Order: sequence, then C-alpha cells, then structure tokens
Amino acid sequence: MIMLKKHPIGSALTILAVVLIFLPSFASNNYVNFATDALILALLAISLNFLVGYGGMVSFGHAAYYGVGAYACALLMKNMGLPFSLALPAAAGLAAAVALFAGYFCVQLTKVYFSMLTLAFAQIVWAICYRWDGLTGGDQGLSGIPYPDFSWLKSFPALADVTDGQFFYYVVLLIVTACVGLAFVLIRSPFGRCLIAARENPQRCTFIGLNVHAIQLTAFCIAAALAGVAGGLFGVYNRGVYPDFAEYTKGAEVLIIVLLGGSGTFWGPAIGAAVLLWLHQETGAVTEYWGAILGLILATLTLALPDGVAGLGGMLKRKLFGKPTAEGGAP
Amino acid sequence: MQLDVALFANQTLSGLSTAMLMFIAAAGLSLVFGVLRLLNFAHGSFFMFGAYLAWQVSSWIGGGEFGFWLSVLIAAAMVAALAGIIESLVFKRLYGRPELIQLLFTYSLTLIAGDAVKKLWGSQPLSLARPPSLIGSFEMGGVTLPYYNFFLLCAGLATAGILWYVMQRTRIGMVVRAAAVDREMLQLLGTRVKVVYCAVFSTGAFLAALAGALVAPTTSIVPGMGAEVIIPLFIIVVIGGMGSIWGALLGSIIYGVTLSFGILWFPQFSLFAVAALMVVILIFRPQGLVGEVQTR
Repeated sequence: MIMLKKHPIGSALTILAVVLIFLPSFASNNYVNFATDALILALLAISLNFLVGYGGMVSFGHAAYYGVGAYACALLMKNMGLPFSLALPAAAGLAAAVALFAGYFCVQLTKVYFSMLTLAFAQIVWAICYRWDGLTGGDQGLSGIPYPDFSWLKSFPALADVTDGQFFYYVVLLIVTACVGLAFVLIRSPFGRCLIAARENPQRCTFIGLNVHAIQLTAFCIAAALAGVAGGLFGVYNRGVYPDFAEYTKGAEVLIIVLLGGSGTFWGPAIGAAVLLWLHQETGAVTEYWGAILGLILATLTLALPDGVAGLGGMLKRKLFGKPTAEGGAP
Repeated sequence: MQLDVALFANQTLSGLSTAMLMFIAAAGLSLVFGVLRLLNFAHGSFFMFGAYLAWQVSSWIGGGEFGFWLSVLIAAAMVAALAGIIESLVFKRLYGRPELIQLLFTYSLTLIAGDAVKKLWGSQPLSLARPPSLIGSFEMGGVTLPYYNFFLLCAGLATAGILWYVMQRTRIGMVVRAAAVDREMLQLLGTRVKVVYCAVFSTGAFLAALAGALVAPTTSIVPGMGAEVIIPLFIIVVIGGMGSIWGALLGSIIYGVTLSFGILWFPQFSLFAVAALMVVILIFRPQGLVGEVQTR
C-alpha cells in the first residue's frame, strides 16, 4: 500500500507486466490479439511522442517510417527468406536511414513548415508503396507474410501446445518492452534533456554550444527506428502490409493517440493507444461511423482537454483538492 | 519519344484546366493561411460539401442551364455560411493556441465531415450533369478541348483577377491585408478584427465549395474526395508560397502541368513526382516560389 502511494506509476507498470506475462494462460485468443495490437500501437505512439512531446517537432509524416519498417521487414522475410530476427533490425535500420535523409532537411524548418515537409516525405513513401507494383504490390499490398519460425521452441514438451499467435505475442511483448525501455532511458539521459532544452529555447541551446539540429535529427532517427520496429511487428502480426500503413491519415491517427493520451507524459500515449483501440473495437459492432467518432474525440480533446486523458487525473485533482500536481507538462 | 505538337498542346490545356480549377480552391486555402495563420485541413471538406450540395440543390430545383448555375452558387453560399458559423462558434477559441492543436482541430472536422457525407448521401458515387450550353468540345488543329474545361480555364483566371482587384484595389482588401500583417494594430485603429477573420474564413470556404461544385460535372462525387483533394491543395500552396494568391496561381499551374505530363510519360510515378516537387521546394525555398514569409 505504501509502495502504491509512493510510486503509483511503478506499481501500475508492475501490475501491468504481471498481467501481460500471464495473459495467454487465462485469457482467450481475442484478448491476446488485442494485447498484441495494443502493444504495437503503443510503441508507435511513444515513438511519435518522442518527437512531438519531448522534441516539440510535430511530424505529420510519422506513418512513413512505420510503413518503411513494415514493408522492409515483410519483403526481407517473404522475398529473401531472411529470418525474422534479422529482418526486424534491418527494417528498423532502413527506417532510420530514410529518416536520416528526410530528417536532415526537416529539422532545418520549424513549425508548420516542418509539419509540411514531413508530410511531403511521407507522401513520397506512400506513392512508392501505392504505385511501385513490382516491388510493393501496389494498391493490393503484400499478403502472406510468414510468422517467425517457432518450431524449435515447440520441441520443448512443456511448450508443445502453445500456438504461433501466442509465441508471437511474447515476441511482441519482449521487443516492445525493450524499445519502450530504451526510449524511457533516452528521455532521462543527458541527450533527452538536451532534446527538451532544444524545444524550449533553441537559440539559447546554440549559445551554450549544443548543436540543436544534430540533436533533433538524432531524435528523428531514433523515433523513426522505433516506428520501423512497430511497423515490422505489425506487418507480421497482420500477415500482410498495405499502402495505407504509410498514408498520412495513419500518421494523423497516431497524432490523435498521442494527444488523447497526453503528449506531455511518457506513458500517456501508450494509454491512448489502448483506449483508442478498445473504442474502435467496441464501436465497430454498433456503428460504421468510426471516422466521425474519432473526429468528435479529437475535437473534444483539442477544445477541452489539451493534456489528454493522462492529464485528466491531474486536472480533476487540481479542481477537487486545489493542489498543484507534480505530473503535467513534460518533465 | 517523339514530341507531337498536338499532343503537347492537348496535355498542356488539360493540365491548365485542372490547374485553374485547383487554383480556385487553393486561393481560398492560401487566403485563410495568410490572414488567420491557420493551415486548414477542413478546406478539402468544404470542397466536398460544395460538390454534394450542388448535387442536392440541383436535384431540388432541377438541372438545365439555369438550375446548374444556381445550384453551384447556392451550394457555395451554403458552405460559406456553414464555415462562418463554425468560425464564430468554435475556431475563435483556437486562435493563439499551439499550431498542433489548431491543425488537429481542422483535421477532426474532416473526419466528421467524411462520415456526415456518408450518412447524408450514402457511399455510392453521385454525378452532376454539365450545363447544356457547355456540352461538347471544340477542335482546332488536332487540339481537342471540352467546352466545360475551357470554361474552367476562364473561371480560374476570372477568380484570380477578381481576387487581385479586391485585395489590391479596394478598401476591404486593404483591411484584409492589414489583418495579415498586424492584427493588434488594426484592432486599435477601430476595425473589428473578429469580423474580418470570420469573413476571410468563410470566403475561403466559399472558394473551396465553388471549386468543388464546379469539379462535380467532370468527376464522380464520392465521400473520399475531400481527403483526397487536400494533399494536392497543400502541395500547391507550398509550391507557390503559403499566403500568396499569385503563389497559388503559379503553384496550381506547375502542379496541373506536372501531373498531366506525368500521367502521360511516367504514369507510375506521377504521384511521386508531385510529392517530390513539394519536397524540393520546401528544402530549397520553404517560403515558396512567390512567398516572403519567415520560415526558419
């Protein structure tokens, strides 16, 4: 109980970790699939928040790197027969390389011009995915992406009746945890502090000898690599990759998730991802107008809740007890 | 490939008529950005509503010569009124907020508009007949141009002329330009800036809806058209320079001609080409070919 009060986030994460580790043993496949989906989306949202929340760089083209990761991983596995364990890092590396090129030009611009250039690069990636039939399958996309080979694990008698989907869930859990952990450490490292400083006052940073553009470019590449990992994972989970992975509407959806969760917090976007995914699933049964629902959520958020759902707790606390909270705004 | 003169002229003319139509909408987007400093994602939705409302109004009052032109004007006026209401009720809360918030709010409108259109008119494509006087096409030395496309060319040029005249030669234009430069000073001098903002926003929406209604006879009206048109519009205003009317004109021409020759010579890469054009302009001249705004 004391632990809970002292470290609410740490406790919540511990409980979450325990639930996630044992999820396949007590929950049905639907829940496992949902958790896989949510974990991947959470990684994507956290990677975008790295740029938006901490770097102050509003990328409208983050879906491009998700798309690059997804297509690269799928093509390497399907066409070149590379194992997943090599294809995924290669996909992340390619996403980072594309980001290094695009980001070099993007970070020279600020505000709306930055957003426009990220969008323009994303349109290029999308156009390639959509029209280069020979490589990417054009608007039909690529289907039949193989699962990683789990047969060596199944040779253990104890694991014999674990399904491929369940194995892949653990792969996703492991990789997402590692990536999110990396992002968490990076934000708290001197590099992360520099990134926040570059957002707050780029001119001052330049005067004290920090290379603002280099810091921002590094963050851009890291975020792209993490998005590439998310894309690679989702392509395999989905058993197919399609051009709309790289479309600007996907990038906008992730921005909505970040905003929904709260761009000023580290864990907010992950919550946003789970909430949005759950809403999508629940409303899908009732209405076909998911776009309008998403639009109404976004309109409400922009007009009334700028700190997102994660900020809601703080806001209520302030209203109810009149106490300022420690959380709120980027650390 | 041998360059055929007639083919060249045909592609140029078809590119230019697309360009002029896009210009009408892009001018509105650029005007709103120039004055309100707001990059309006919902501009594509206004375009789409223009098309749907023109179809709706003409189904009420009947097609034909008179019916067509009246429906186009009524549709554009309805969208302008709608935009005015949205601006005065909701948008005014957003001025001064971070750009991300403004951008995402306009994006939320496009999401809602896309589904509203589906709910109101269904997902089936609709079509609007051309006015009887503009059916058919004329030929001259191997060059074929439908009358309607010729009309679009003229309409775009006329829009450019009218906008230039109003912005540069009238008192209203002067006030609008002043609002773009220094909002507070204008307010202190006794102009109601709120009214100017509202008027500019609904004029922008009027232009978008006008373009949407005019494009309707050349294509099919579908719920996705708003989301589809906004990216080319962004590309156009970025090429020309955000906030500049002449920039929008130049941007439209470059866009239209690139696309029309791109489709002819390398159909696989025409989408790629226009996006690449936007990238190149943003890298080397982020203020656009005509613009002078501070960008860094």
